[in-house]
Amino acid sequence: MTRLVAKGLALRRGSRDILRDIGFSAQGGEFIAVVGPNGAGKSTLLAALAGLLQPDAGAVLLDDAPLAALKPRELARRRAWLPQNARCEWPLRVERMVALGLAPRLQGFGDVSVEDQARLDAVLADCDLAAQRDQIVTTLSGGELARAMLARALVADPELLIVDEPLAGLDPAHAWDAARRLRALATEQGRLVIASIHDINIALRRATRVLALRDGRLLADGTPATVLDAVLLQQLFGVVAEVRGTAGGGYVDFAC
Amino acid sequence: MKKSRALVPLLSVLLLVVASLSLLPGRAGWLLPWRLTGSDAELARLIVWELRIPRLLLALLVGAALGLAGAVLQGLTRNPLAEPGLLGVSSGASLGAVIAIYSGFGAAFALAVPLLGFAGALLGTLLTLTLAAGGGVLSLLLAGAAVSGLLLAGTALVLNLAPNPYAAYEISHWMMGSLADRSWNQLALAAPFVLLGIVILMATGRSLDALSLGEQQAASLGVDLARLRRQVLFGTALAVGAATAVTGTIGFIGLLAPHLVRARVGHEPRRVLVPAALMGALLLLVADIVARLLPLAQELKLGVLTGLTGSPFFLWLVWKMKERTP
Repeated sequence: MTRLVAKGLALRRGSRDILRDIGFSAQGGEFIAVVGPNGAGKSTLLAALAGLLQPDAGAVLLDDAPLAALKPRELARRRAWLPQNARCEWPLRVERMVALGLAPRLQGFGDVSVEDQARLDAVLADCDLAAQRDQIVTTLSGGELARAMLARALVADPELLIVDEPLAGLDPAHAWDAARRLRALATEQGRLVIASIHDINIALRRATRVLALRDGRLLADGTPATVLDAVLLQQLFGVVAEVRGTAGGGYVDFAC
Repeated sequence: MKKSRALVPLLSVLLLVVASLSLLPGRAGWLLPWRLTGSDAELARLIVWELRIPRLLLALLVGAALGLAGAVLQGLTRNPLAEPGLLGVSSGASLGAVIAIYSGFGAAFALAVPLLGFAGALLGTLLTLTLAAGGGVLSLLLAGAAVSGLLLAGTALVLNLAPNPYAAYEISHWMMGSLADRSWNQLALAAPFVLLGIVILMATGRSLDALSLGEQQAASLGVDLARLRRQVLFGTALAVGAATAVTGTIGFIGLLAPHLVRARVGHEPRRVLVPAALMGALLLLVADIVARLLPLAQELKLGVLTGLTGSPFFLWLVWKMKERTP
């Protein structure tokens, strides 16, 4: 089973500490929500966990191998990463844009293989994009584009999926639907999913685990029901809030 | 889908037809097939073999290099306005070649011209891409304009210091770009560099595809961005540098060729490459035929012709982009 370990992760930019001494261990089947205020270092943490930023201290290990020791292509075959507001810069058809996710699996000058084409069809159907497959990607709505990008990330069947704010800009129905999809990937298909999420209610109800980040430090790490309480929300965001309801059906009431 | 598969064969056939036709007209008069036999057959054969065929091959080679370099630069910068002539590649190449020709270097050592052309193109490309790194469309064009300006000033300086007015006249003439009176020797000098450049550029397709998703996502897909930039830099400098060293500056082929084929291949950067090279060859060949056929006292220089027809198209592209991104 996939195992991702962060050990004493620290990252500086100029004289600013972006990440300080972050350590945790995660495995396949978990849907981890990274929460915290703007500028807490969430995106930097995700990029470091994806092996796209070199930490100044500490290391990230994927199945006991440091990410820095893996070949970029090998790493690309095993983990997928999506940035905030991922966009496509040429007006490609949706199917061809999603197929770009197969890049690490392609050999030489060949095109998509028969098995890969089957995966492509399956992932388009899974992400409700069958009707849009021939549409031009730059004409998609925000929700459709988010689904297409997720399909792009999933098409190569990664064991580790790291997504930066996948719910930003989505209306409530699409946001909850996307969160359900991410959770299903973890709990039903055994993948390790790590996503930064601003909607505390979605983190509370859908994630299997929460990492709370502030000023580059890990303030809390645990199941949403145990970690997300009034004290932590006060610490993270400086707001007065109460968590009501029961586990699994709880919600946060912002009293400000 | 069908359209995109028919594109390469279609362009190839068209290229063959136009290439055969291109052997007919010229300053030595129309050469129709029946003149290859009969009284002045020897002269006709000489004209075809020594003048028209090298000129044809050079047109194909240089056109393909410019079209391909344009397509690759546009893929790398994700900007349909990128073009060797606008990014300081061509002006760098002509500065290098001019230095080689008028320092006497080129006369002493024939390879010096393409080599210095390559070095100049490398310098120009490197400066522009470094200046524009991380910026958008505007910063790339500005950097290209600034670098081109600097390198053109360098060429003007060489012109200024030219030992006699005839040399200055010759440089400025050469800079206008032409395929006239090029020999097998010059073709043989440039071809290895241009072909090597073409091979290097063709190999970037897969990475350019991934780059459609932006630099960060491409890196996450295993693309080595630093290596890709080096590949584009050397490939462009080799292909365009050596081509320019032999023909002078020929603009806008690299801008037009990818644009004409892009929509037909679904805008996929890798699929644009081969058709863009073929289209570049076709455009340059057609331009060269037109230049030969125009009934003017002096044969119109190829670079002047592509400039006159290409820049309105460039203005139109800028206008269209302005509408899309205010």
